[in-house]
Amino acid sequence: MLDIKNLHVKVEGREILKGLTLQVGAGEVHAIMGPNGSGKSTLAQVLAGRDAYEITEGSVSYDGGQDLLAMAAEDRAAAGVFLAFQYPVEIPGVGNTYFLRTAMNAIRRTRGEEELDAIDFLSLAKAKMKLVEMDPSFMSRSVNEGFSGGEKKRNEVFQMAVLEPKLAILDETDSGLDIDALKIVANGVNSLRSPERSMIVITHYQRLLDYIVPDQVHVLSGGKIVRSGDKSLALELEQSGYVIFGEEAAQAAAAGGGA
Amino acid sequence: MEEGSTVLERQKQIQELTNRKYDAGFVTDVEQDFFPKGLSEDVVRLISAKKDEPDFLLQWRLKAYRHWLRMTEPKWPNVHYPQIDFQDVYYYASPKTDEDRPKSLDEVDPEILATFEKLGVPLNERARLAGVAVDAVFDSVSVATTFRETLAEKGIIFCSFSEAVKAHPDLIRRYLGSVVPYSDNFYAGLNSAVFSDGSFCYIPKGTRCPMELSTYFRINAADTGQFERTLIVAEEGAYVSYLEGCTAPMRDKNQLHAAVVELVALDDAEIRYSTVQNWYPGDKDGKGGIYNFVTKRGKCAGPRSKISWTQVETGSAITWKYPSVILQGDDSVGEFYSVALTNNMQQADTGTKMIHLGKNTRSTIISKGISAGRGQNSYRGLVKVAKGARHARNYTQCDSLLIGDKCGAHTFPYIEVGNPTARVEHEASTSKIGEDQLFYCLQRGIKEEDAVSMIVNGFCKEVFKKLPMEFAVEAQKLLGVSLEGAVG
Repeated sequence: MLDIKNLHVKVEGREILKGLTLQVGAGEVHAIMGPNGSGKSTLAQVLAGRDAYEITEGSVSYDGGQDLLAMAAEDRAAAGVFLAFQYPVEIPGVGNTYFLRTAMNAIRRTRGEEELDAIDFLSLAKAKMKLVEMDPSFMSRSVNEGFSGGEKKRNEVFQMAVLEPKLAILDETDSGLDIDALKIVANGVNSLRSPERSMIVITHYQRLLDYIVPDQVHVLSGGKIVRSGDKSLALELEQSGYVIFGEEAAQAAAAGGGA
Repeated sequence: MEEGSTVLERQKQIQELTNRKYDAGFVTDVEQDFFPKGLSEDVVRLISAKKDEPDFLLQWRLKAYRHWLRMTEPKWPNVHYPQIDFQDVYYYASPKTDEDRPKSLDEVDPEILATFEKLGVPLNERARLAGVAVDAVFDSVSVATTFRETLAEKGIIFCSFSEAVKAHPDLIRRYLGSVVPYSDNFYAGLNSAVFSDGSFCYIPKGTRCPMELSTYFRINAADTGQFERTLIVAEEGAYVSYLEGCTAPMRDKNQLHAAVVELVALDDAEIRYSTVQNWYPGDKDGKGGIYNFVTKRGKCAGPRSKISWTQVETGSAITWKYPSVILQGDDSVGEFYSVALTNNMQQADTGTKMIHLGKNTRSTIISKGISAGRGQNSYRGLVKVAKGARHARNYTQCDSLLIGDKCGAHTFPYIEVGNPTARVEHEASTSKIGEDQLFYCLQRGIKEEDAVSMIVNGFCKEVFKKLPMEFAVEAQKLLGVSLEGAVG
């Protein structure tokens, strides 16, 4: 589904990702953990197509060999890439329903599919809202405006449920959630797991992975994946912290520099 | 479901608008009747004679003209343009058929009918939008008023200003200049001297006007100023909703539009006045376009009366207008809802004045300014509470949205409170369509142009919902068209 090779990314002249390599197979859920500033969010934004980043080296092949980095952000969305934002954006005056239906129909148009009318869309939306226990009143509110942190994150998962992506990237969807909200969000995400859908779950804490059990866990540090393993790696991290990986990463970077 | 269908329409519009340019910019080839260029007492007399006006009106025009000669152009607005040569303007142009004015629609020049048809204003009653009576003003004269009989049954008068002068001279005499005197300001003075036509509307006591009334203004002739005058009088307990639309052909030279609108609401009467202004804005380098220098004012003369202005200003090279309300009657209400957009080289200095004279008078001001390209957008507003206006209240909200980094937004609020029991609130915000907002939309598959249009429409929602349905749809389309090329 996703094949990232030796990805180097700069922001404002500073290199953040320094040769990241990662494969995610169809239907797999991969967790990416790592300390603050290790490049987790940069990876998410680069995959989604934000143009503030300069890609200096490497390649990203998506869903049968498409060159993801060559595609515009909206075309990536149409091709099934979805990013659940760490900080969902408010759009005052634009209704949630209207926004999401515009998005859905834009994607359907690009794919050459028929657009959904208001009635079909609403019944679809209502069904998906239940997944994240969202109150129907959300639909008539403006996009994320006046939403609490937890409501915003639920809204992201709800949008994901409606848009049914092939590759979902969840950027710290657990941050700022209390345990009840966390469970709701995790249940929503779990119900969207399918053999056709790959997910990258970015998190700072192991806690989320108690609820969303990943197929693989990667540790991102110093702009590289420094360790990969199964879910037990997350538990190990919780006990030892990221410090050791910081050192490992430093060594890896030094070794890379010497080569 | 209501939201659903609106949404559907909006979506269609977004598709449509991506290919639209200023599509009202065509010229209609009709034989025109001009007076020589320039302004003098003779021209004023000629206009008056041409219209066969009663002496009181000629005298009023002449007083206005003589007063205007001593006035100077206002320099305080935050707009910049070369000196206007007022002697290089035609003050009167009308389609030739004016010789013997059309008595029914069948007699209107088919070219003119076709023009309005093209603009989406069908004058043919069979093809009309249900429930909207239209008065169409082509350059200096009113060419047709629809639905007149239906309205007459209720005692409502809706006709061109010229006809009103002939048929209802007493009403004109009583109310003309009663809200905007000719000495008010330079452009109102000029208009008072040379105004050629416009609409007149009178709603008798206790009558609710059963349909939206609408005037459609069109400047067609080159080098012509348009100086129309609208007067609306709502008697005790009357209600009327009035719409005004404007377009002009694309021309390289700037054209002057100096209109005056006066509204009078007696006890318990309500007037809602909506404008969608789409005069030609000039090209992207600022060549050509309309100078829209307009004086609009309403007087809540009676207790519990209400006047509400809603405007969507997307056109014109320069917009200078402050639709205002004089809150004279106790418990009267004034409202101003505005969207002003400036793109490319457009400039706007617009806002309102709320003059609280009566007790318990209330006013609301919601202003949304959008600047894109190198556009400059100023909000200028005065809230004045007179000494005797006990418990007057005002709420002002003034938001600016910037698209790109070469445009400007400015706010000039003036507040004068002469009574300690008054409560005046002012809120202002300036925001920029951020990279974050755009990227959020793009990531959800929405194209950039559609995303900007959506964000801007969201920003204007509070104002759009005050517009009658058909106008709201038109306004949204216009915003999209006017924003073309604003990003990227």
